[in-house]
Amino acid sequence: MNLGPHADFIVAAYAVTCFIMAALVAWVVLDYSAQRRILGDLEERGVTRRSQRKADQ
Amino acid sequence: MPVIDLANPARFLSFVNRVLPWLAAATIVMFAFGLARAMNAPDDYQQGATVKIMFLHVPAAWLGMMGWGVMSVAALGTLVWRHPLADVAGKAAAPIGAAFTLICLITGSLWGRPTWGTYWVWDARLTSVLVLFLLYLGVMALYWTAEDPGRGSRAAAVLTLVGAINIPIIKFSVDWWNTLHQPASILRMGGSAVDPSILRPLLIMTGAFTLLFFTLFFAAMRNEILRRRVRAMRLMQAQSA
Repeated sequence: MNLGPHADFIVAAYAVTCFIMAALVAWVVLDYSAQRRILGDLEERGVTRRSQRKADQ
Repeated sequence: MPVIDLANPARFLSFVNRVLPWLAAATIVMFAFGLARAMNAPDDYQQGATVKIMFLHVPAAWLGMMGWGVMSVAALGTLVWRHPLADVAGKAAAPIGAAFTLICLITGSLWGRPTWGTYWVWDARLTSVLVLFLLYLGVMALYWTAEDPGRGSRAAAVLTLVGAINIPIIKFSVDWWNTLHQPASILRMGGSAVDPSILRPLLIMTGAFTLLFFTLFFAAMRNEILRRRVRAMRLMQAQSA
């Protein structure tokens, strides 16, 4: 594939897009595992939400 | 499951957990297909191979504006119905919309240099998209820095609805003012002016970007619901201490 005399601009555009998309995916995945971990810790210590207590009663 | 059931955060979580893997898989397949078509698309007779930047720039621009549209609907839900899931949706969509708008600005700049001879010009289209990006940052700042999350959400919802005025300005800026940016060539009266050999990959890439947007959006909404659970549990813990 020949990208012509402006190949640098084309490659840079695809690289920047890839980087921003990868950052978004990483943010979502890492945030999910962090929230799950904190929730797990709180549940282990016996902390429950008000709605959960009502459901348990 | 009736759609109205999804307004319940617990049911929404279970819906997202089931849908997300399929949505992510569809996004990957669509991107693979779209990129293959985009790389094999012919060069433009004027712009040469730089037309390949369009396959990123145009979908990112559309998604940047659609993100604000999603946030505007969510803002109505927050201000009118005070629905917590609407607030969650607004907060989740903001960084994703901002990221797509940033992609649009950077790829546009990289496309502009070989095509126009400059990275940036203060014309109506470019400036209004930059304003959209700054509005996204403003909404994110309101969501993330407010001491009282409720007040922060309402302020962000008001800014979102005020900022919605900018969306038609972006769309029609190329018609209302004399701009270096070209006028609409895809969504316009009389049909698309783009050759089908370039239009087809562009539409597939737009589909891939849209799938990615909703995959990230649902995942970010799930994270936000969990974050609010954590906050509620910490408050209960503090009260019982």
